Amino acid sequence: MPKIEPRGYESKFWGYASPILALLLTGATSGLIFAIMGKPPGRTVYTFLITPLIQQGGLEALVVKAAPLIMMGVGLSLAYRANVWNIGTDGQFTLGAICGGGIGLAFPDANPWLLFPAMLIIGTIGGMVSGGLVAWMRIRFNANEILTSLMLTYVTQYLLLYLVTGPWRDPQGFGFPQTAQFSDAASGPRLVPDTNIHVGILLAPLIAIALWVMLEKSLLGFQFRVLGQATRAARFAGFSENRLVWIAMLVSGGLAGMAGLLEATGTLGQLTTQVSPGYGFTAIIVAFLGRLNPLGTIPAGLLLALTYLGGDAAQISLGLPNAVTGIFQGILLFYLLGCDFLLLHRIRWRAAPVKVA
Amino acid sequence: MLDAFVPFLVSVIAASTPLLLAATGELVVERVGVLNLGVEGMMLAGAIAGFAVSHDTGITALGVGASIIAGTILALLFAVPSLTLQANQTATGLALTIFGRGFSALVGAGYVGIPAPTLPKLEIPVLSDLPLLGPVVFHHDILVYAALAILALVAWCIRSTHLGLIMRAVGDSHDAAHALGYAVVPIRYAAVLFGGALAGLGGAYMSLAYTPLWAQDLTAGRGWVAVALVTFSAWRPIWLLIGAWFFGALMYLSLYVQALGVPVPTAFLSAVPYIGTIVVLVLISRDARRIRLHRPAMLGRPFQARA
Repeated sequence: MPKIEPRGYESKFWGYASPILALLLTGATSGLIFAIMGKPPGRTVYTFLITPLIQQGGLEALVVKAAPLIMMGVGLSLAYRANVWNIGTDGQFTLGAICGGGIGLAFPDANPWLLFPAMLIIGTIGGMVSGGLVAWMRIRFNANEILTSLMLTYVTQYLLLYLVTGPWRDPQGFGFPQTAQFSDAASGPRLVPDTNIHVGILLAPLIAIALWVMLEKSLLGFQFRVLGQATRAARFAGFSENRLVWIAMLVSGGLAGMAGLLEATGTLGQLTTQVSPGYGFTAIIVAFLGRLNPLGTIPAGLLLALTYLGGDAAQISLGLPNAVTGIFQGILLFYLLGCDFLLLHRIRWRAAPVKVA
Repeated sequence: MLDAFVPFLVSVIAASTPLLLAATGELVVERVGVLNLGVEGMMLAGAIAGFAVSHDTGITALGVGASIIAGTILALLFAVPSLTLQANQTATGLALTIFGRGFSALVGAGYVGIPAPTLPKLEIPVLSDLPLLGPVVFHHDILVYAALAILALVAWCIRSTHLGLIMRAVGDSHDAAHALGYAVVPIRYAAVLFGGALAGLGGAYMSLAYTPLWAQDLTAGRGWVAVALVTFSAWRPIWLLIGAWFFGALMYLSLYVQALGVPVPTAFLSAVPYIGTIVVLVLISRDARRIRLHRPAMLGRPFQARA
């Protein structure tokens, strides 16, 4: 009879092994679901995880999808470490695209060397304003940031809807709810000519590394880790909780805003009724799959980007609705959280030998 | 004057019912010390399960039953990691919402834009025909009355029964409850499953009575409003009812003003219920002492029995 017992310490081995176990379990469960739906499980999993990579332009699509996920995941790992539950990155992403994109639409012929950096900065500030509002409401009014940040997402979505159907609608757009295309100057530089590989693909890993250094090597990073693990100890040590809440919300909001601007200019080319295909929730999974470590978000972001592409591939070749991606992502997060049980507990398959004193 | 008020009251009661059902479930869950943020996901699962079964069988009662089962199963997906494996409840709840959205979209792909039988309104002889009182009080579908009855039952149970006392003990000090011999984890399981059943029912009200149709993300954040309502009520059932009516009125008015053709962009009016939720949360939470006084002390904390 197997027995579960607390380890009394945090297992280093399972720190790395538990995400991998979670991935394997997710694969097995998804295969089972596909089988129930009457799809050949082997071929479906292949379509989901391998086809997107070997397709023409597959790798380009992968890094383009992964960049915003990594940027948002990095911000969230910082926030979640401090127990600041920002779940409104979708809204911050959208507001970044609106603010920065608005500059690009207003000055399409400006000098590209000035225009694009200005858009990037304004977009980041847009995300920071949205995140900062949440921080202010939590600190000043004790309002739960989970609910306020999520509600702001809906509000921002309606703001976007108003803009693209009203004042910002392209007069030459045949009445479609969309803005004009971003000019060349406003679209930002490409790392590889004639592709969608925008500067964000370079920025995302650099930001991840910078935040990792901050978190692991600086006093501020130490404060973040202590606040998350031992709030009382952090208070006794005199770390300002409010200051960390501000930083967590401004950084995670700002990075989401920057990601939103880059997505709008680098990938979409214009603003339509939707900027984010649910990146905000996916970024939460990226943060957890990366074990709330900024460096971990890089492989995690790539993997979740693959699930988006896999969902599209499965829709085209197997006729599966791409909502399958959401199911896959939800199951993955369940397993990730569940498997962490093994960090602090062990399963003994046989009774421990009794020591005779 | 009064005649104009009747449709208003009828609509507010309808708009508040899904919120009330889901929030009553979440209230029970939070009173035993568990925070389940998967309400939105469970509502969506209940909505599509209810709609699909009603459509396929033609019997709405079966659809309502299916929505309860779907909500309960999803709640179980939350309960195992968060209660047995002691995973972070906030994150597990988010996983449930993500899963529920995907699940409902997948199952619902074949049901978009097709009609299904809707819940019939009660026709009580004499009473339903009364002026004013008839349409407002005696002419709703069964779930409207069920929502009120369940809320009353929950209020009575928490306040005046032995079971309620145990629930409050588990929610306010799980170690003490455990020491007294109460099975903390099974009690929490039961509460979470009950919460799931009610969230599923709230979803079924959306797809079988309120809308009544299926569309992706049909609940449009109502699950989150329900979670906010529990905080707004300071974990007291009577305030839950007042809050649900208030938000129901807000949602109805944002639709009503749009229909009047007031020269305000419809997108702004649609955003009003969400802005309203933020404003109300800020106003309610401002008094930190009051929240601390009413909030179940163990809310969100995993329990592990120590030998």
